[in-house]
Amino acid sequence: MEHALSLFVRSIFVDNMIFASFLGMCSYLAVSKNVKTSFGLGVAVTFVLLVTVPVDYLLQTKVLAADGIFGTDLTYLSFILFIAVIAGITQLVEMVVERFSPTLYGALGIFLPLIAVNCAIMGASLFMQQRIEMDPNTSSQAIGSLGDAVVYALGAGIGWLLAIVALAAIREKMAYTDVPKPLRGLGITFITVGLMAMAFMCFSGLSL
Amino acid sequence: MSKLFSKENRQVFAAPLNLDNPILIQVLGICSALAVTAQLEPAIVMGLSVTVITAFSNVIISLIRKTIPNRIRIIIQLVVVAALVTIVSMILTAFAYDVSVQLSVYVGLIITNCILMGRLEAFAMMNGPWESFLDGIGNGLGYAYILVIVGAVRELLGSGTLLGFTIIPEGAYAAGYVNNGMMTMPAMALIILGCVIWVHRSINKEEKK
Repeated sequence: MEHALSLFVRSIFVDNMIFASFLGMCSYLAVSKNVKTSFGLGVAVTFVLLVTVPVDYLLQTKVLAADGIFGTDLTYLSFILFIAVIAGITQLVEMVVERFSPTLYGALGIFLPLIAVNCAIMGASLFMQQRIEMDPNTSSQAIGSLGDAVVYALGAGIGWLLAIVALAAIREKMAYTDVPKPLRGLGITFITVGLMAMAFMCFSGLSL
Repeated sequence: MSKLFSKENRQVFAAPLNLDNPILIQVLGICSALAVTAQLEPAIVMGLSVTVITAFSNVIISLIRKTIPNRIRIIIQLVVVAALVTIVSMILTAFAYDVSVQLSVYVGLIITNCILMGRLEAFAMMNGPWESFLDGIGNGLGYAYILVIVGAVRELLGSGTLLGFTIIPEGAYAAGYVNNGMMTMPAMALIILGCVIWVHRSINKEEKK
């Protein structure tokens, strides 16, 4: 329990997807123009993470690992397998959102199918794959069970959501400021994110 | 031969290097551009890997573009890219182990690099293999040189070295020069890239209008 809590807090603040490993930057920069849409995308990303990471965890430990059902080490197939799972689940989420929330569907537009190629999703699965081998007694990053994988996915998703909503709020205010012309738009956004990342650096070393 | 290097084809190759740069203008493939640039060497390796993968996935998709059903094209593109990335990842592990450890998950993340999908969707699905190859190389190099710039600035100011060789003379340290440890932190990558975009837009201001 203690380990799960520590893993959760770490994955939100210390190992934040955006500020510590720059994952999911493309949609992060493109969608963060207003708070409402960003919140929707953040929720969608969190949801897709919550489904894909545990599924990929099971695939990794039960099928691909050396002691899995095939009895041989098939880890070299993991890229192809993970991306197929992610693309399939994204398709599913897209259909669900279209059915139950047409406004959100309209607002997210092209970005919903693009979650499939969102590095945050693939990145979370690949980090999870690395962390399986860590020792849970010495490292608070280790993922030793399916429960840990769910906790990690939730933490990573919430961290991403937090980051995109914060940036969107800043950008909404920034629309009224007088930024030098060549720096407008993308340039200043990068510098803002850089400053936010510096602020998040003070969480490093945080442990429970 | 002259047809292979016609004006249009040269344009296809050269545009992504400057005016249509994947990182600076199209804002694609940012994630890896930021994460691997703490030093110059992984930045170069990453740039080359992406160039090779973009070029060959463009060629493959362009060759089979007429047989791909429209509805499942994303999955097919992803599988082609994932297969190529698996091969590159294995080659890196075999021949450049230290760098592949440094790059860690970011090699696998080339699959989700938006440059690849963007080029496949926007170019390879509509053009022949040779044009697609040039487009892939052009975009890959356009991506690589930004990585090299950011990587060089961060390594030089952060640890005083380039490719592991000490550049800042001993005398400078004796005179009180200190390496800026902040440069090796992730946050500075964003700020340097922001400045590169700033410079690039200032230079190209007239041409864009």
